[in-house]
Amino acid sequence: MPQLVRRRPILAVIVAMLGVIVSVGVLVLSVGLGPASATTEPAPTPTPTSDFTNTFTIGGIIRSGDDPLEGVEVEVEGQGFSEVGTTGADGRWAVSVPSAGDYTATLLPDTLPEGVSPRDPDKVTRDVTLGTTNTVNVLFPTGEREIVRTNIADTILTRLVYGLNFGLLLALGAIGISLIYGTTKLNNFAHGEMVTFGGVVFFFFGTVLNMPLIAAIAVTLVLSAFTGYAQDAWLHKPLRRRGVGLVQAMIVTIGLSILVRYVVLFFLGGNIETLDTGLTETVSFGPVTITVASVVSMIVSAVMLALVGLFLTRTRIGKATRAVSDNASLAAASGINVDRIIRIVWIMAATLTGLSGILYGIFRQVNWNMGFQILLLLFAAVTLGGLGSAFGALVGSLIIGIVTEVSTVWIPNDLRYAVALLILIVVLLVRPQGVLGRKERVG
Amino acid sequence: MDWGQILNNAAGELLSPVTAAYALAAIGISVHFGYAGLLNFGQAGFMAVGAYAFVIATLSLNAPLWAAFLAAILASVVFAFLLGIPTLRLRADYLAIVTIASAEIVRYVVSTTGLTEYTGGAAGLSGFNDAFVGINPFPTGSYGFGPWTYTANQLWIRVFGWGLVVLATVLVYLLMRSPWGRVVKGIREDEDAVRSLGKNVYAYKMQALVLGGVLGSLAGVVFVLPRAVQPGNYGTTLTFFIWTMLLLGGAATLFGPIIGAMIFATLLTLSDGILRGLISADIITFISTTQAGQIRFMIIGAVLMLLVVFRPQGIFGNKKELSFNV
Repeated sequence: MPQLVRRRPILAVIVAMLGVIVSVGVLVLSVGLGPASATTEPAPTPTPTSDFTNTFTIGGIIRSGDDPLEGVEVEVEGQGFSEVGTTGADGRWAVSVPSAGDYTATLLPDTLPEGVSPRDPDKVTRDVTLGTTNTVNVLFPTGEREIVRTNIADTILTRLVYGLNFGLLLALGAIGISLIYGTTKLNNFAHGEMVTFGGVVFFFFGTVLNMPLIAAIAVTLVLSAFTGYAQDAWLHKPLRRRGVGLVQAMIVTIGLSILVRYVVLFFLGGNIETLDTGLTETVSFGPVTITVASVVSMIVSAVMLALVGLFLTRTRIGKATRAVSDNASLAAASGINVDRIIRIVWIMAATLTGLSGILYGIFRQVNWNMGFQILLLLFAAVTLGGLGSAFGALVGSLIIGIVTEVSTVWIPNDLRYAVALLILIVVLLVRPQGVLGRKERVG
Repeated sequence: MDWGQILNNAAGELLSPVTAAYALAAIGISVHFGYAGLLNFGQAGFMAVGAYAFVIATLSLNAPLWAAFLAAILASVVFAFLLGIPTLRLRADYLAIVTIASAEIVRYVVSTTGLTEYTGGAAGLSGFNDAFVGINPFPTGSYGFGPWTYTANQLWIRVFGWGLVVLATVLVYLLMRSPWGRVVKGIREDEDAVRSLGKNVYAYKMQALVLGGVLGSLAGVVFVLPRAVQPGNYGTTLTFFIWTMLLLGGAATLFGPIIGAMIFATLLTLSDGILRGLISADIITFISTTQAGQIRFMIIGAVLMLLVVFRPQGIFGNKKELSFNV
């Protein structure tokens, strides 16, 4: 019964992976990244029927740019209760409320320092519902008054630069998806968690343990590379051996994605963490003002993407990778070790994706859900460019990055990802093979 | 810790309206994936479309109950066409990516602040249940026994939800043994063979997509009837959970989706109750109750992986009648 003999390892491996992840997490926990209280309950949970805790807190941080504001007052009302919270030196405020239910939190604009105003003066009151969570964070975006721009061309230019930055870091992750898809035809839904992994590990070593920037990046990339090795060696290679179908393998990656996401939430908590890179000065190019970190991020992405390009076109392994993408059986017949190429691709993809996680964490912030939130953008980028084409992934990412940022000039901020996904659908309608994909029968 | 209460809650979940909604949505994907071989990863989108169409028709347009239901069904039919037209001629994984993307677009649109007047924004909408409660045929009183003791309204929503599940099951059973069902199953097995018989594969796939989508939208309505509608519920995770239920029960089976949903919902509540109980009894001290809630989802992820690898046909399924290589 060879079938039975082969079954055991995968079962053992999945159980072992769960064990490893949890024990690594326990280690992390004991080093000092305590379990933070969650701000968001994982999405669709049947409401728990009873409460086992009785502390309910509404709180948040008020900043102007990156500077915390002290002495700002927020009034919390509801359930016959009213109290004013004041921010401390770190910009944090919190109000303990007696019970779960609906509250409103109102920022008192008069208490803001001179020159700072709510970014949206009509929206200083927020509705807060304490249902399944004990703690809710309320954000009041504030900024200096001159943030209101009059020149639309300048705004578009600024958004274009942000979009370029976003697109380049998306490209790092998207090329990973594209390479894996090209060589194995697998849609990896756990790719978002590889982004999260990069961001969270970098946050842990760089910000929590305060390691030097370069060292923290190096450690993050090495660990990311290891996750790529582990996913192929312990999960996908055994699955390929078993002859598990592609759709089945895809659903396995969905399971892995859910598993890893909640492991991260378990240990990191639901907080949104800000990365401390020490590169917060800004530089101006004409009308565009961006942080040094963004400039470095763009240079790093561009250099890495160029290196990947050179690797794919100039080196033997790179050429072999493209051969496997083209036709795996033919590549195997001409003496290429397909399994070895796939292993290299997984490691490379995981490293690049980990890097994109670091950069995305710097571009936005780090939280447990960050990778999953951009997973669809990554897929959209890859599909736009043409499934399996690495250079297509770059083009697709730049389109997605620039569209999401520039579209905010005209449409509400919270719809920008929707626009990117809409473009994906429209492109599929007129050019199913993607922008750079080969014209072939795809249906 | 109170074992009785924990078991009571879990047993109550067996027949809860949420479970009925899950079962309906899972039957929808069963039509898509199990019978027609379509990879729909946007069932949460169909549920959101149904729920929001129902609620907005009731609240903004003051539509009567039947019209609100009709609005939910029509909206999901339109949504299915929007999804199907660009993708059904393409390879299966394109449909997967487009459906998942469309579901997210729906979620972004209903939660955007610009449309708060109609959709309630991120907070969602409530107060639309009066008409449904108004036609409750059961007189006030207490019904049932043990964990299944209900007030008249609780009984009414359960009868309604599970009634829809039964209707959907009968419909799918009759359809799948009809000539139409045989063609659809043929498409799952070998699209080209069916095409060579002169069947319009595209049209059949579209019909299957619409049918499963309508079931999904009805699931969305049942899901929100006893509560408020909130955009946060319709994330991609919901779709993945429904897939887990479907694969648990068996994709191309009649009762698989229902039993899968029941097992899923009951185990979710049971494991949560046990973990929280152990924590409140100070038996487990190193995790918080919030974290206990997260352990369940880790288990779901691991179960999904193990299921797909070791028992892809689920509990009831027949391995021969399951095509994962669409």
